[in-house]
Amino acid sequence: MTEVTELSRPEDEALNTKEVLLNLGPQHPSTHGVLRLVLELDGEYVKRVDPHIGYLHRGTEKLAESFTYTQIFPLTDRLDYLCPPSNNLAFALAVEKLLGIQAPIRAQYIRVMMAELARISGHLLITGALPMDLGAMTALLYVMREREMIMDLLEMITGARMHTSFCRVGGVREDLPDEFLPKIREFCDIFPNRIRDYERLLDNNRVFLKRTQGIGVISAEDAIDLGLSGPNLRASGVDWDIRRDEPYEIYDRLNFNVITRDEGDCYARWQCRVEEMRESIRIIEQCLDQMPQGPFQIDMPTIAFPVDKDRVHCSMEALIQHFDLSAYGFKVPKGEVYSAIEAPKGELGFYIISDGSPKPFRMKVRAPSFVNLQGIFGVTNARYLADMIAVLGSLDPVMAEVDK
Amino acid sequence: MSVEPSLYHTLIMERFGEAIEDLGAAHGIHAFAVPPEKIVEFCRFLKEHPALEFNFLSDICGVDHYPEMPRFEAVYHLYSLPNKWRVRIKCRLGDPPQLPSVTGVWRTANWHEREAWDMYGIRFEGHPDLRRIYMWEGFEGFPQRKDFPLRGYKDELNPFGAEGPPPTQPDLATRDIPGGRSTPER
Repeated sequence: MTEVTELSRPEDEALNTKEVLLNLGPQHPSTHGVLRLVLELDGEYVKRVDPHIGYLHRGTEKLAESFTYTQIFPLTDRLDYLCPPSNNLAFALAVEKLLGIQAPIRAQYIRVMMAELARISGHLLITGALPMDLGAMTALLYVMREREMIMDLLEMITGARMHTSFCRVGGVREDLPDEFLPKIREFCDIFPNRIRDYERLLDNNRVFLKRTQGIGVISAEDAIDLGLSGPNLRASGVDWDIRRDEPYEIYDRLNFNVITRDEGDCYARWQCRVEEMRESIRIIEQCLDQMPQGPFQIDMPTIAFPVDKDRVHCSMEALIQHFDLSAYGFKVPKGEVYSAIEAPKGELGFYIISDGSPKPFRMKVRAPSFVNLQGIFGVTNARYLADMIAVLGSLDPVMAEVDK
Repeated sequence: MSVEPSLYHTLIMERFGEAIEDLGAAHGIHAFAVPPEKIVEFCRFLKEHPALEFNFLSDICGVDHYPEMPRFEAVYHLYSLPNKWRVRIKCRLGDPPQLPSVTGVWRTANWHEREAWDMYGIRFEGHPDLRRIYMWEGFEGFPQRKDFPLRGYKDELNPFGAEGPPPTQPDLATRDIPGGRSTPER
């Protein structure tokens, strides 16, 4: 088996130990879901690691083949459940490319803003969960406080806290409510101070630093070879962000930095995410400043639901349009498309083959967590079982996305 | 997504010419059809040529075109980090589907190929560890094939499944795969 890391024991160790095969998971708090690691241990040293995944496999891709394009949005919510708006956006962009349409500018701003809120929400969790895996409980309780604020904001826009399903092909479901703008301004004011609090809490925490600095180093070559993307790749010094390099939506109008670190260790990956949250706040503020008034949905009755829902009850045309779209969906021209966005975890790509019917012939999800989890084979300097926990936490896989 | 067909297109066509087919660009990505026996050579060329440097393998995806023939397809999405180009490689496969593995070119291909094997039964020759990845060992059939029912087949665990026995697949057990290794006893 080549896909396992062979880790050598230090030479001064001359104890007579017996090799043990240890199952870490699938039910283990530090595996962030149902991941099972089969570890070959020599005492406390990890000799081999063999991840077993699939405990959460729901057959999203197979299911999607029997759903209409609008019905697939809830499925994408459940990929990376920490940041559903980005998943919705990735799927909507892929279908829009096939249709050759673009959402109105206001809708694009709303989507980008929500995707960045989702990025903060996803990164917040790992900001607190990695220290928690290493024994520092406090940070997690603080980040949950701020995550709650984001949940409230998302609830205000969509009515749902987790599975938002807010994007539609050709726009978003509704316009922003009036009370949302002051609330998000307030959040943007508060949040940078809170990030400073986390840093103060953890940057001087000697145990946290000892457990993460210089641990689980992935070199830039290995990171590219193993297909890592997102903060995991940038922490190894590779300067690649799809938002900047292949701008989608309105990212080319926004001004933000791509955060990179050269160390490639667990601490660098954690730091990258913390810094990215600051950039996300900048992006949200710019979106709020630049967002124009206008329609939030494309004006194409064959694709978009009637904007005024009350019309459905009194206009025959609107009723037919609504019924038609709900029951049969809309046809998408024959062709294939691969569209990738920079999701919080990395490159989230949708490869869709359409045969001209209202349902995709094949939908492949390029899930960033699935690929990032392979990073576990590229780490060096993670000798102990306890280091494995730090590596796993810093790679930040969401098992729902790994297993699809 | 940026595409510079004029730049890399000529390089690729000069090198491979007749052996491959140019499928043109669709929605910003240029596609090439490559016969299975050329896939490793083609991938290595794209990765190692100094003017192309497609060093990042985004995705490998299996497709079942049932009832069309040849039935299967493996689709590769490559990205060039220095040049910011994307390219798609399509490889049409017969039944049983079989092609050489590109794990020697990119290590990340490992799990992608395991997924394609698990879901479509596409066999990657030379893969170091071709086991099922999502389904459990001993599962019969390849669930994402078009002729596999969405509900699965009826058995003691799945009372709502479709009638009929699962199609028998030759060489299904992992131990029959060269280089494959079943999970150690524990």
